[in-house]
Amino acid sequence: MTLTRFVTKNALRNKRRSILTILSIGGSLLLLTFLITIWRTFYNSQPSEQSAQRLIVRHKVSLVFNLPSFYREKIRSIPGVKEVVNQQWFGGQYKDDKPANYFAQFGTDPEEFPKVYPEFKLPADQLEVWKHDRAGAIVDVGLAKKFAWKIGDRLNIKGLIFPVNLELTIRGIFTPPDPTQSIYFNKSYIDEGFPRLKGSEGFFAVLADSPESVPRVAKAIDEEFRNADRPTKTESEHAFQLGFIGMLGNIKAFIMSICLAVVFTILLVSANTMAMSIRERTREVAVLKTLGFTRRRILGLFVGEAVSLSLVGGLIGSLLCFFVVTGMASSGGYFTGMKVTPITMAFALLIAALVGFASSFVPSYHAAKVNIVDGLRHIG
Amino acid sequence: MAIPLSYNVRNLRLRKSLTIMTALGIALTVATAVFIMALLAGLNRAFGTTGDPLNVLMLRKGSNSELAAGGVSRDAMQVLKELPGVARNSKGEPLVSGEDILVVVLPRKGGTGETNVTTRFLTPLGIEMRPQIHLVAGRWFTPGQREVVVSSSISRRFEHANLGDVVHIGKGDWPVVGIFDGSGTAHDSEIWGDINQLVTDFERTVYSSVLVRATDPVAAEALKNRGNDDQRLELNGLLEPDYYASQTKSGAPINIVGWIVAFIMAVGSCFAAANTMYAAVAYRGREIATLRVIGFSRPSILTSFMLESLLLSLLGATLGIILMLPFNGMTTGTQNQVTFSEVVFSLQMTPAVVGSAIMFALIMGLLGGFAPAWHASRRDILNALRD
Repeated sequence: MTLTRFVTKNALRNKRRSILTILSIGGSLLLLTFLITIWRTFYNSQPSEQSAQRLIVRHKVSLVFNLPSFYREKIRSIPGVKEVVNQQWFGGQYKDDKPANYFAQFGTDPEEFPKVYPEFKLPADQLEVWKHDRAGAIVDVGLAKKFAWKIGDRLNIKGLIFPVNLELTIRGIFTPPDPTQSIYFNKSYIDEGFPRLKGSEGFFAVLADSPESVPRVAKAIDEEFRNADRPTKTESEHAFQLGFIGMLGNIKAFIMSICLAVVFTILLVSANTMAMSIRERTREVAVLKTLGFTRRRILGLFVGEAVSLSLVGGLIGSLLCFFVVTGMASSGGYFTGMKVTPITMAFALLIAALVGFASSFVPSYHAAKVNIVDGLRHIG
Repeated sequence: MAIPLSYNVRNLRLRKSLTIMTALGIALTVATAVFIMALLAGLNRAFGTTGDPLNVLMLRKGSNSELAAGGVSRDAMQVLKELPGVARNSKGEPLVSGEDILVVVLPRKGGTGETNVTTRFLTPLGIEMRPQIHLVAGRWFTPGQREVVVSSSISRRFEHANLGDVVHIGKGDWPVVGIFDGSGTAHDSEIWGDINQLVTDFERTVYSSVLVRATDPVAAEALKNRGNDDQRLELNGLLEPDYYASQTKSGAPINIVGWIVAFIMAVGSCFAAANTMYAAVAYRGREIATLRVIGFSRPSILTSFMLESLLLSLLGATLGIILMLPFNGMTTGTQNQVTFSEVVFSLQMTPAVVGSAIMFALIMGLLGGFAPAWHASRRDILNALRD
């Protein structure tokens, strides 16, 4: 009998207990993987190649204030700027206020939009049609699938921020690298219904000539408008998005504290099981010792048992999380774009192994130290 | 005949470390659930207690938020003042307050980024219409001056928002001259300033909203309908409490993620409790058989072990609630999904939250304890005695 087999046999000697422990650890690890995935989606996602090259220019005080349209040409003249396009958040309502029917709507300029967002794949013929239809819109392929939209469909969006209702026609379906949950339409459509907006824009998206020049361009743009009536704040697209997450509240602390609670819970569960099963085996340990097993080896046997139990739990948990998240991401809503990466799963397994180790060390150490005569006399 | 409860209590005490570890596991799960429920209770309190049922909020037709572009025109405001059913103050002025909402970005304390803060511009009449708001330091702003007062939670949570600090809004610097207490309402997340100064600075031609005080509830309903129906006014009239209540949906992300977390943790804890109870049953095989021989019936053994599991989870619930007590009343913020600005609220461990937490733990104990208890009551007496 090899040592691995010995450990496996021992781990399975009380099947019900092992299974309950594994399931308990599995549940906690599922949660831990889920939380790490949220964390990574929010804070660790690497901006795509194009996104790293883009900047967002907005009013310095707040996104709620608009910038004059003529800033666009001024920004264009700044060295390092390749393309600039205006955008306006519309914030309207499709059908009703159910979260399932929520998506973002932006007014923009069809002429230059595809140049600033080259990674949004849009067939050239569709782009041509969109450019010529003032009431045309292009929609994210994911949204088109979700609502079963086709090219030529009508789209009615009720204005909540602006007193304008949009009656759009879908002219194109674009495929972005990551889901955007957005539609884009011609901004001048809002201007017609709400002339006060004419001559001003929500924000500008700028494409720089290289990712390296982004910080320099940001500084140059803010410098240009420093003493203007409406000063600007320019940041990379990634930083801009992180700013939005920050507004949701102190998510980092929220996730961290729950992760800690989870890890501590598995520690308790695992320690409990190991303490129970080791106490039962005091006499066996004494027998092993008489047979010549060293303290170290006995310690290793018990720790190995705990680590393999929690690893199995961890594997089940992180795999389950993978399926759950994949399922949720495809159903849309809050979880769009979430992915459980192999690194996240590896990390969860590492935590499981560490917890197994930490939880079994003290009881195993005590068991290994037991005096042979006392151990043999022990009544379990 | 029932087995006395003291038997279970003694058994739990006998295996102290096992009991404590399992209870702690349940406690952490309960603490997480309490945390989430307390957050939601605090958010509900902030929005649920804001607004007077006699106040009618008039917004532009088609809009559901004070932050929407386009608003209530000056002319409509004049018409509203003359409507029947509008209350008047002691000086005989109609209680109609035209207000403007802006959002300014302020840095959070401790360098955790910056966020939008709702800034409300109004006249002293508007302050008079909200008697639950009172000053705690400094003074109210002077009409015609660039001055602001901030809520105490805002001044605690943000940099540059204390007495003597200066908030930069649009063209000018607005010194903070006072701090008010919003009594847990949504106004606790706001900064207030003088509307006339704002109109000059920003060339605003319309109000974001107009608040109208009615003389009685019937008049309030009538004013609301008048706002909605009068084609000339083009308004969307809402009772003030209804407007704020609709913003509780800001808690949706906390709600969804929170309950997923609590549910999964509860499943894990159920298994852990089952494990402990199985161990308790296994250790006591002979004892249980003896009880049966003495004459205790199967149902009473089942009940006894179920009670033991419930006791264990109750202990966990108590520990969990005690663990969370220091956080009661802690203030935090999230994004208001209607105005896209910070809403400050505090964790509220209301009796309902504590009650639900105990129920939550008892359900865990019930689910985790049933299989072992059933097992205990079904064991063969002879085999068990021979163990």
